Amino acid sequence: MIKPPPINTTWLDNRSRALRRQIVRTLEKGGRGHVGAAFSLVEILRVLYDDILRYDAKNPRWPQRDRFILSKGHGCLALYALLAEKGFFPEAELWKFCKPDGILGGHPEAGKIPGVEASTGSLGHGLPIGVGFALNARYEKADHRVFVVSSDGESNEGSVWEAALCAGKHKLSNLTVLVDYNKQQSYSTTYEVLDMDPFADKWRAFGFAAEEVDGHNVGQLRAALKRVPFDPNKPSAILCHTIKGKGVSFVENNLSWHHKNKVSPEEVASLLAELEDKE
Amino acid sequence: MRKTCLDMVYELAKKDPRIFFIGSDLGVGTLKQFKAEMPDRFFMEGVSEANCVGMAAGLAMEGKIVYVNTIATFLTRRCFDQVILDLCLHNANVRLIANGGGVVYAPLGPTHEAIEDIAIFRACPRMTILAPADAEEMRRLMPATVDHPGPIYIRLGKGGDPIVTKNVPFVIGQAVPMREGDGALILSTGIMLKSALEAATALEASGINTSVLHVPTVKPLDEETILNFAKRVPVIVTVEEHTIIGGLGGAVAELIAEAGFNAPKRFRRIGLPDVFPDQYGSQASLLKRYDVTTEKVVSVVQELSAR
Repeated sequence: MIKPPPINTTWLDNRSRALRRQIVRTLEKGGRGHVGAAFSLVEILRVLYDDILRYDAKNPRWPQRDRFILSKGHGCLALYALLAEKGFFPEAELWKFCKPDGILGGHPEAGKIPGVEASTGSLGHGLPIGVGFALNARYEKADHRVFVVSSDGESNEGSVWEAALCAGKHKLSNLTVLVDYNKQQSYSTTYEVLDMDPFADKWRAFGFAAEEVDGHNVGQLRAALKRVPFDPNKPSAILCHTIKGKGVSFVENNLSWHHKNKVSPEEVASLLAELEDKE
Repeated sequence: MRKTCLDMVYELAKKDPRIFFIGSDLGVGTLKQFKAEMPDRFFMEGVSEANCVGMAAGLAMEGKIVYVNTIATFLTRRCFDQVILDLCLHNANVRLIANGGGVVYAPLGPTHEAIEDIAIFRACPRMTILAPADAEEMRRLMPATVDHPGPIYIRLGKGGDPIVTKNVPFVIGQAVPMREGDGALILSTGIMLKSALEAATALEASGINTSVLHVPTVKPLDEETILNFAKRVPVIVTVEEHTIIGGLGGAVAELIAEAGFNAPKRFRRIGLPDVFPDQYGSQASLLKRYDVTTEKVVSVVQELSAR
């Protein structure tokens, strides 16, 4: 029997709701977007940008910055909301999402968007590039770190595991992979399409120190990220148990919201209504 | 040519701390001295081309100049997505050193024969494609690859190829005039320069003064020099160790077709046909089987000249 998608009832605070509302407004302007993937990522990215990553939004190429790669590039709506909030570019750019005169496309591009290190969208590219960044930091004896956000669906790609082997071999303790583990991909659940379980054990077998957290629990995410590297001789993997579409009842675990075209004003209103601030 | 190329990587790396080397799973002892003297810039990462190219891109984005070496087919076919996105889209300073361009690996069969590598990479924005003719040219070429912006594909011949190039400075993007004549023009890339020169000598004896242009940079194509030579002759022939689809012949055909010459040009591509090579043997025997030879160049130029 195929396993059902998971249930996660973690409470979202008003900051998480506000970020999701910003995602909805961006989606509304572009008329399309990977909503489910973005909603599943919000807490992961929020904790990284609020508490963990070292950066200077006004000097995005600052050499001492931590390197961050959103390898699951289709989750970019969540990244754009945070980069705008942190001042990497004006909020007005969000309203030009996917427009000819905008810098924000349906997948993030380096060179166009301040704060984006590598162009992603084709899956399986972020971790090999992150390995290169981490090896360079080690070679230069620099103390900045490398964080790559991947996903269970992305881990179908063989290149993820080539890079994982390489990171393990080189004991890249300055590299952390956060896996958005939402158990859904485009067609169906990961259990039906290509089951990655036992997932944490796979990362361990490839040379990582791996831990699992509730990927919508800000406290758990922060605590885990504050402790990396989990092992001083290994790269770290944090498997973040998430819900695709987290935060809106009719989007959660609903595959028709993996990528949404022609989002109607009524749908936008319903999304925003569910995402209002709560006490 | 391969030995010269890798020796040059070592020599260049000794002088320039930005230079890194990544191999997949190369022959035992490859760049032993590099590894011994500069171990933190030498990587042998296994049969994992996607990761090798991706990590090379990551290093290059951090300001390094990364030479990646494995067999040509694995650099072009196996990790194409990494090449076009991680290298070309990011304009990464990665140099792909491709062992066995063409049918060098004839005994190993179609999995190892890089007969469409130039066509694949010609379609990639920002890619530079180099195919030198001999080891001496390789020696002059390699220093030019250090500070050239963006990714470069370096196509290696078999090794031990006879020295046929002139001792002129290597400039990426420039075709090299080898001889001049107003009866016909032969353009070649890589090791086929030898056949082009031999054919020109034979043709001269039969009364057709023939120009030879060596085109070691297939992309970006030296359009100006090629058109300057093309406009003077009625007959133009290309010869390459590559499928006739999309290689040097395709590039020159596109250029000439759009040039708007007043006088018509009689043109032919000589190269491998649109098939997987169906025999083993040697590079020479396969080129002979598919008529990529000096004799073929001579007969085609004569045939086109007689019309």
